[in-house]
Amino acid sequence: MPAVTETIETVQAVTEGGYKWGFETDIEMEFAPKGLNEDIVRFISKKKNEPAWLLEWRLKAFAMWQKMEEPRWAAVTYSPIDYQDSHYYAAPKAGPKSLDEVDPELLKTYAKLGIPLKEQAILAGVEGAGESPSDSGRMPIAVDAVFDSVSVATTFKHRLEKDGIIFCSISEAVQEHPELVRQYLGSVVPQGDNYFAALNSAVFTDGSFVYIPRGVRCPMELSTYFRINAKSTGQFERTLIIADAGSHVSYLEGCTAPMRDENQLHAAVVELVAMDDATIKYSTVQNWYPGDAEGRGGIYNFVTKRGACRGARSKISWTQVETGSAITWKYPSCILQGDDSVGEFYSVAITNNRQQADTGTKMFHIGRNTRSTIVSKGISAGRGQNTYRGLVKISPKAHGARNFTQCDSLLIGDQCGAHTVPYIENRCMSAKVEHEATTSRIAEDQLFYCRQRGLPEEEAVGMIVNGFAREVLKELPMEFAVEAQKLLQISLEGSVG
Amino acid sequence: MTAVASTGAAAFLGRHEGLRNRLPGARVAWVEALRERGASAFRAQGFPTRRVEAFKYTDLAGVAGQVFGEPLTSVDDAPALPDATHPRAVFVDGRFRPDLSTLGELPFAVRSLAEALPNLEGRIGALARPEDAALVALNTMLFEDGLVVDVPAGVDGGTIELLSLAAESERAPAFHPRHLVRLGEGATLTLIETAEGPLNARYLHNPVFEIEVAEGARLSHGRVQQEGREAFFLSTVRARVAARATYDNFTLNAGARLSRNEIHVALTGPEAQAHMNGAQLAGDGQHLDTTTSLDHAAPNCASRQTYKTVLSGRSRGVFQGKIHVHQVAQKTDGYQMNQALLLSEEAEMDSKPQLEIYADDVKCSHGATVGALDADQLFFLRSRGIPEPQARAILVGAFLTEAVEAVAEEDVRAALSRALDAMRARQGLAAGLEEA
Repeated sequence: MPAVTETIETVQAVTEGGYKWGFETDIEMEFAPKGLNEDIVRFISKKKNEPAWLLEWRLKAFAMWQKMEEPRWAAVTYSPIDYQDSHYYAAPKAGPKSLDEVDPELLKTYAKLGIPLKEQAILAGVEGAGESPSDSGRMPIAVDAVFDSVSVATTFKHRLEKDGIIFCSISEAVQEHPELVRQYLGSVVPQGDNYFAALNSAVFTDGSFVYIPRGVRCPMELSTYFRINAKSTGQFERTLIIADAGSHVSYLEGCTAPMRDENQLHAAVVELVAMDDATIKYSTVQNWYPGDAEGRGGIYNFVTKRGACRGARSKISWTQVETGSAITWKYPSCILQGDDSVGEFYSVAITNNRQQADTGTKMFHIGRNTRSTIVSKGISAGRGQNTYRGLVKISPKAHGARNFTQCDSLLIGDQCGAHTVPYIENRCMSAKVEHEATTSRIAEDQLFYCRQRGLPEEEAVGMIVNGFAREVLKELPMEFAVEAQKLLQISLEGSVG
Repeated sequence: MTAVASTGAAAFLGRHEGLRNRLPGARVAWVEALRERGASAFRAQGFPTRRVEAFKYTDLAGVAGQVFGEPLTSVDDAPALPDATHPRAVFVDGRFRPDLSTLGELPFAVRSLAEALPNLEGRIGALARPEDAALVALNTMLFEDGLVVDVPAGVDGGTIELLSLAAESERAPAFHPRHLVRLGEGATLTLIETAEGPLNARYLHNPVFEIEVAEGARLSHGRVQQEGREAFFLSTVRARVAARATYDNFTLNAGARLSRNEIHVALTGPEAQAHMNGAQLAGDGQHLDTTTSLDHAAPNCASRQTYKTVLSGRSRGVFQGKIHVHQVAQKTDGYQMNQALLLSEEAEMDSKPQLEIYADDVKCSHGATVGALDADQLFFLRSRGIPEPQARAILVGAFLTEAVEAVAEEDVRAALSRALDAMRARQGLAAGLEEA
């Protein structure tokens, strides 16, 4: 088995070389004092100039969180998090007005993150830039850039406003559209939902807000780019997307962070609401810093994502490519309330070196003829541990409900682990649930076939892994699909190629 | 004056206190120590609640809330026995009854655990450790009897039957037999186990099996659980299978108001094999749970599991099955399928298959389906003039047959088919084409 031996050797040889987004930006920042208490919650609320009801909402969440116990059931291990040893607010000093005034460091940051120059100007917060049609002739992507605790810019807002679409940071939405925020915030993920959601509800700082009005098909992809930069901080973003009846939106999310020896907590909450005939497609390419080969540093990505298909024939589709983070612990879920509503979950999760992932989805079938599809591809390399955990629950009235689940795991090297833990609860006779799971390693014959045609082993393995993940990657919008393919390759660098 | 608890863990702990000087092995130091281990583990764990992950879908509150009594020390009138087709050991309320047993001349040793106890040091509690499971702990502190089977190396033990009966009584007895089965190198044995009792009697049957299958040996273990409809059946099987040995288990889980059927198999030597199959048939008011775990702890082992559940009336079925592949267990081939049919609007199936894999050169898969009878298949049969109830029964039969056919041993398969037909008839799921 020379190929395998070689693979394992490569795993050991290359270590953290793969993470290209690990730099740190030296920029003047404003911090809240370290620690977590009611005063910090008040501080954040005041910084954001929030109405009284929201402060009360936060304080209620904080009170709940204090009474809760940190959950330990996931198949991940980490040393206790000191919630007092962190800044819960970190923001660059006031943003620039024109490109000349942009802090060159901030500008450089986006250049390094690989965002084209024109978009770069947008990201750096230059108003008016990028409103002209894109050079390539393709529809551009509107971006909300969140840097530590604040949104530094949102692009194409005016273009979107023409269709009545609201796309802005959630802080801005609180000011401009308080009635919408108040109506929907916490309506899918209540404050006390779980330990990390309660924490987020108390101290969330920024995130994106999207409202697509009745019958509108959003003319461009919307996206948020999350960047953790400051030391000793956590990121607690809150995203809320509402698709009114008959509307359609595709939303992308990307994230990176510097390489550090400390672990940083990222505890986000994402809530989606889809009304009658509405469709929300939510895609994530998660590329937080994974830590080094020995498991030092890296982001703890403990996120609550849930969508409610409230209306008939509505649809929510989650696609996630999880390559980063020291620990990924999340279950993007769908509550299928509307009759004939559809939930989808497509996931690729890679764990290399000492990374750990416990991820999957929950599908709650409540309405009649609701359908859900789950496709999960787990790839474990190095000493990584990868768990698919999922729940399909069919309530007694979900007549004609249907679920299909496919979970495949690929093992690269004999020091890693791949685990599958599906829960199926069916209380409706006319519903049908099907689940399949397989675990195997890269087939010798596939490798041999590629090698025989002159492909170096690293490339061959990259190709096979991409093939393995294809069913999921094809669900991504094109811009992301290309990036995701490259990421898969880079994430496995040092393990295979 | 302290009140004596009559229900729950406290009642059983109180019983252990009261009986400790009268239970078998009371003056044998290691037995006392073992029972003490059982008691302290049970004291620590109590009856598991639904907050315990392994009992997420099975609530033991119904057992914990019951008042159970002692089995009578002697049963004067013997219950009616079904016909024996093989040498048979009979237990009544958990106690061995030589007068009812027909073991005859066997080429190996079959003993009552109560009698053999002083010589069994190291054999009890080694595989089924009280610290690992509350129900094993409960059994360990209170076991009184059981069957001890030792088939020496190279001996073909043929087929024996183990029949456990509950006597008709108002005492709601709780009994906790401990059975030990050991096959020497290259030995073979077929063990057909039946647990039954009066239809409406209330009792708790809490058997624990510790099974060792040495190198190259082969044990075929067929089990028919057809306890009365008010009974509680909480059973644990723990088996260790050595190199090139095979353990076959088929469990028909069909009786009892609440049944928890745990089967834990460890493949500890290269090329060991486990075949675990089963069927569950639950009618109105029943809760049937099969929980399996398969430990692949050596390379080149194979395991096959097929479990089928049919639920009618207001019933609930549970299947939990874990395949754990250790890092040394390269070249593992593991397969598990569990399927459930819901025949009523009030039935519920909860299924949790699980893979935990630490070796890379493996082939492991599991599948699960839950749904109603296939409408097309039903239509096909109806269009050929078969009335609906019979058409449904035919399809149910075909669904279950797949699991039974996986049983290699003919004696076991025949016994299971008979039992299955009887249980289906009891639940109104027999095809009845014979009369038609």
